[in-house]
Amino acid sequence: MLAGMTTNVVFGLLRVSVIVAALKAADGEIADYDIAATNTYVWIGQGLLGFILLWGNNELAERVRSGDVVVDLYRPWHLQSALLAQDVGRGGFAFFTRLAPPMAFGMLLFPFQFPANLVQWPLFGVSAVVALVISFSFRFLVEISAFWLLDNRGLYGFWNISSGLLCGLTVPIAFFPGWARDVLWMTPFPALLQAPIDVFLGHGNAVKILLYQVFWAVTLLAAGHFALQRAVRKVVVQGG
Amino acid sequence: MADVIYPRLIGAKLRSQLAYRTSFALDFVAQILAQWIELFVILVLFSQVSALGGFSREEVLLMYAFAGAAFGVADLFAGQLDNLPTYIRTGSFDVLLMRPLGTLPQIMVSDIRLRRIGRIAGAAAVMIYALLHVHIDWTPAKVLLTIATPLAGTVIYSSVWIMACSVCFWIVEGREFANAVTYGSNAFTSYPINVYSRPLRWFMAYVVPGAFVAYYPSIALLGKQDPLGLPGWVGWTSPLVAALAAGVAGLVWRFAVRHYRGTGS
Repeated sequence: MLAGMTTNVVFGLLRVSVIVAALKAADGEIADYDIAATNTYVWIGQGLLGFILLWGNNELAERVRSGDVVVDLYRPWHLQSALLAQDVGRGGFAFFTRLAPPMAFGMLLFPFQFPANLVQWPLFGVSAVVALVISFSFRFLVEISAFWLLDNRGLYGFWNISSGLLCGLTVPIAFFPGWARDVLWMTPFPALLQAPIDVFLGHGNAVKILLYQVFWAVTLLAAGHFALQRAVRKVVVQGG
Repeated sequence: MADVIYPRLIGAKLRSQLAYRTSFALDFVAQILAQWIELFVILVLFSQVSALGGFSREEVLLMYAFAGAAFGVADLFAGQLDNLPTYIRTGSFDVLLMRPLGTLPQIMVSDIRLRRIGRIAGAAAVMIYALLHVHIDWTPAKVLLTIATPLAGTVIYSSVWIMACSVCFWIVEGREFANAVTYGSNAFTSYPINVYSRPLRWFMAYVVPGAFVAYYPSIALLGKQDPLGLPGWVGWTSPLVAALAAGVAGLVWRFAVRHYRGTGS
């Protein structure tokens, strides 16, 4: 865990440096991001990364490939809900081990932009939890694609490669050219990272952002539910 | 013997990977994309500003491309060291020690992933673009430097990889520590080093000799003055730094392997 945290902090420092260098070249501010907001953005991002588990372990897909998923399916539960419950539990632990440390690190050692309004703290909490649900739904969809693809490592790889940029982890989405920004906000990707960060920083209307997140959480969960229903029809159990 | 075995091992690996053409093609494209993610980040940043640390977009792209190409080749050969914890934990490192071949080359050829050439291709394309768009007063020596830079960078990254992964002989699950230095130094060297804060720069540019992968050679090529005040000839020393790093890495690896204890099964 300490090792993971080292990597997390090193990458955070690198990203702060590059964005701050850009700010200096632009007279101190780009799209509402000054030095304090940038530090806040980066350290919350580094924390959320582990909290929402942006890059999962593709375990369910492996179980589909090996056939072990049959055991998961014949249990008297709704597989998606059970896994979601598991993931929320993991998130509870990750809050203390993955989200809080980088945020505390940023607050103590760097200029940090605290919310102007106290109500932004609980709103950020809600937004982060919804982001966790969306992240789960995304991973669930990518993983059960293995029912059709058998080997979903290609899709999983594409997700791992592109998600950092699309969610606003590597560079704030507000820095993108206008058209790219508009297109991205029509997709669920910013709901994973940029949305909770925006709520914390007070960028944009918090209620609007939360509604946008809830919309995608419901849509993606429903998509996962129906996809699983279809997938189960394809499963052939070859006896014991 | 070794000169027959290694080509055969590598050949077998390559043939096995080309067996599934479509899967390989997709993987290859994914690797190009992986390399270009940082390119998109640079382009997004430069859509907001006209210089980063005093360097133009094309100049930063040149550093990014040098770093990317060197890292791609290093990843091809040294990336397998990421599996070292598995070898150590399961005790299969014993097998490597039993064979009458060096342990390091055995690991290096154990899993050469051809798709990583996608990464190198992605970086090479940007390198060609950048070299055509920056202002360089070409001399024969500079042509040589352009060719030597990615090669020296490869050796530097590989040495860093070997030294960082040697940690795993003491801390078995130390891979993430190693990643902070290996993947971290790829991210670090893609930008001019004067954008970083002093402690970070001190560690990642000089202790881990990341500054010699792309930054100093690029400055020498561009004929620019180093904003950090080092003299111009430093840009020509990368091959020396690479040789030194490789020597130290060899010693560290030997020392680390001596500390290996089998699982006894």
